[in-house]
Amino acid sequence: MKLHLARRYRFSASHRLHNPQFGEEENRRLYGKCNNPYGHGHNYVVEVAVSGTLDPATGMIANLEDLDAFVDREVIEPFDHKYLNEEVAVFRDTVPTTENLCIEIFNRLRRFSAARLERVLVEETGKNSFEYSGETAGANT
Amino acid sequence: MVYLTRKIEFSASHLYNNPAFSVEENRRVFGKCNNPHGHGHNYVLEVTVAGEPDPATGMVLDLKELKDILQTEVTDRMDHRFLNYEVPELAGKIPTCENIAAVIWRLLEPKITRGSLHRVRLYETPDLFVDCYGDRNGAGGAR
Repeated sequence: MKLHLARRYRFSASHRLHNPQFGEEENRRLYGKCNNPYGHGHNYVVEVAVSGTLDPATGMIANLEDLDAFVDREVIEPFDHKYLNEEVAVFRDTVPTTENLCIEIFNRLRRFSAARLERVLVEETGKNSFEYSGETAGANT
Repeated sequence: MVYLTRKIEFSASHLYNNPAFSVEENRRVFGKCNNPHGHGHNYVLEVTVAGEPDPATGMVLDLKELKDILQTEVTDRMDHRFLNYEVPELAGKIPTCENIAAVIWRLLEPKITRGSLHRVRLYETPDLFVDCYGDRNGAGGAR
């Protein structure tokens, strides 16, 4: 039986979309109000889906306490109430769009050892979300 | 291929306890879900059926038919029940979201005669859910 266990987490952070390789004009045209030099913030929602063998003794794919602790340590703690551009190393030279944020979160969470990471979905607002299943995925749904 | 999803809600109680574990181990593994008196959730179930619309009706399957199947197989069995004691399909299993979703898949799969059951998504809370895709093609079954 193929089962995915999914859990939603939240963090709040600020960012600025700006690529130093582009000029001021180009950045403003490309990123619009997201290019505001002072940055701006969002309440992000991160949906994490994992799969694995259902342990008959516990009825679980993974213990939620383990997953919660891992996500907390790898994502929530380092990202919550931070300025992503300055305080998360990878975004010093990668534009912290939610696409890139989604990939970064996936790469951090794929190290979870108790289950296989299937998908990370990040909602930047209630109206837009981004989903990443790794480079080799796509056969799952 | 078109995917059609119908959503229902049911409320039920459960508790997690494995009689093979000691009292301490049950408490450690299952935490507050081990409370012997049980606790409850408002479950939300989304059932997705895949198929091609019938050219004569424009439908993958009759929604009324799906509604009746969900009523008989899920609501009548699980709504306002204590899942550990009142749902025979869960007897001997820990009624986690994973196991309930798998039981619902097994109950629904043979009843869907038009199109095919694609996914059972069961929300235990808005922040915790399980997707079940059955055993089809054997793909990922052991993962």
